[in-house]
Amino acid sequence: MRADPWGLINRAHCYPRLVLAGFRRYSAYRAAMLAGLSTNVVFGLMRVGLLLAVIGERPRVAGYDAAAAVTYVWLGQGMIATVSMWSGFHVAERVRSGDIAIDLGRPWDFQLAELAGDLGRFGYHLVTRMVPPVAFGVLFFPFRWPQRLSTWGWFAVSLLLAVMVSFGIRYLLNLSAFWLVESRGLISIYGVASGLLAGLVIPLHFFPEGIRTILWWTPFPALMQDSLDVFVERGSPLPAVGHQLLWAVLLLLAGRLVQRSAERKLVVQGG
Amino acid sequence: MASTVRAYRRVIGSRLRAQATYRLSFTVELCAQVIAGGLELVTILAVFHNTTSLGGFGRNDVLLMYGLATFGFGLADLAVSQLNHLGELIRTGKFDVLLVRPLGTLGQVLTLDVQLRRLGRAAIGFATLLFALSVADISWSMAKLALLVVAPLAGAVIFSSVWVAACSICFWLVDGREFANSVTYGSSMFNSYPINIFSAWLRRLMAFVVPGAFVAYYPALVLLERTDPLGLPGWLGWTSPLVAVAATAVAGGVWRFAVRHYRGTGS
Repeated sequence: MRADPWGLINRAHCYPRLVLAGFRRYSAYRAAMLAGLSTNVVFGLMRVGLLLAVIGERPRVAGYDAAAAVTYVWLGQGMIATVSMWSGFHVAERVRSGDIAIDLGRPWDFQLAELAGDLGRFGYHLVTRMVPPVAFGVLFFPFRWPQRLSTWGWFAVSLLLAVMVSFGIRYLLNLSAFWLVESRGLISIYGVASGLLAGLVIPLHFFPEGIRTILWWTPFPALMQDSLDVFVERGSPLPAVGHQLLWAVLLLLAGRLVQRSAERKLVVQGG
Repeated sequence: MASTVRAYRRVIGSRLRAQATYRLSFTVELCAQVIAGGLELVTILAVFHNTTSLGGFGRNDVLLMYGLATFGFGLADLAVSQLNHLGELIRTGKFDVLLVRPLGTLGQVLTLDVQLRRLGRAAIGFATLLFALSVADISWSMAKLALLVVAPLAGAVIFSSVWVAACSICFWLVDGREFANSVTYGSSMFNSYPINIFSAWLRRLMAFVVPGAFVAYYPALVLLERTDPLGLPGWLGWTSPLVAVAATAVAGGVWRFAVRHYRGTGS
């Protein structure tokens, strides 16, 4: 990272354009979007079946009544692509191929540029991947809308923070390719583990107390469960959003530090 | 015929040797597969932390279904998951190369890579199956023993057939891979639970159109001597090998139809 805070300000106009480019880049793949959407709906139906079977005749389980459980599922299915749980590892590929030298050599802040692109992607997926599963849930199931108006504001903040946390983790995993030959394996492990640990598969509130406490010391709940809790109004939104904010800041800072030492490691061969 | 077998033996041998070269990579990816299977198991345990029964079935019953489904799925994953790259093969034009070679296209796609690491998930399924059998109260007979051996194999064949038929969509829709995921990886989740907990039309699709109910649910009912809460006759559990044969025929037909209608992407 060139320590060039002035360049950062002088070129500030490039980041909004990168956001727009991120949005447009993803809107090119419409068939992939529809295919992904259908998969989200099928898995959503299975998760609803599972949770409603757990709740059964009881009024609520682990704080979830039927409507809250349904809302949890469809919002979660919408968040998979929106938060980008399982994709966004192109930088690791560029590290392996060596193209990263070009990215880092450009007169921009690479982390900020990547974040801008990811926010554009987020905007596109918010419309195409978040709204449809939620609309499906609203149409066919008892849905729990927020009771307080302020919840909408908190949820918007929380969702944005979830994307930042997701970006922060993915950025670190991407940069791990500078040191690890096996970054691809690391990314696979993250891919298979993150869903359950983030509270996508079943609510983290279903786990025994001890496991829940351990999980809350990790960034995983900040990817999903925190935002889902804010929307279904499980207690005050402050602890959830605070947890997300803390992890977003920590992960983005860690990303900068790691990037700095990656740049020191980078050797560009002439020729 | 003999030359075909020899060709495949060589191809598969070279794929296996390639993995032996990258030991660390193999180990890490194997771990990922074991973790994937293990976390599905954790999900079931967490669910039963909050309830004692799921659709009238207890924890050990569900573990039996999960074991049967995951063991079968792991074997199918090993055999056919190369199909996940079909869209890419078509987009890049590499599929055209397979068409001019003197071997079947499906066999060639499947043997583009043989990833033994996928046995990780099968191993978790197998271990769970053993555990579930050891705690289940089953009155054994020769017939049931035979079913126990045949059911995971039939399950693997059913899963594989679903994979082939579903991935054929990529011939029309290059980006269609995720459509297929909903019935391949989706089936893996669906079959791990008693199917009576799911809504009626999802069940029609995932249990009977995609014949997932014959992978684990009906064989498990026979082993446990339970009657089907959905009211279908008990002998259905014995039919999974027949369903597997039928599914293979359908999948083969779909694949041949798709390849006949294939046009290159023109790039």
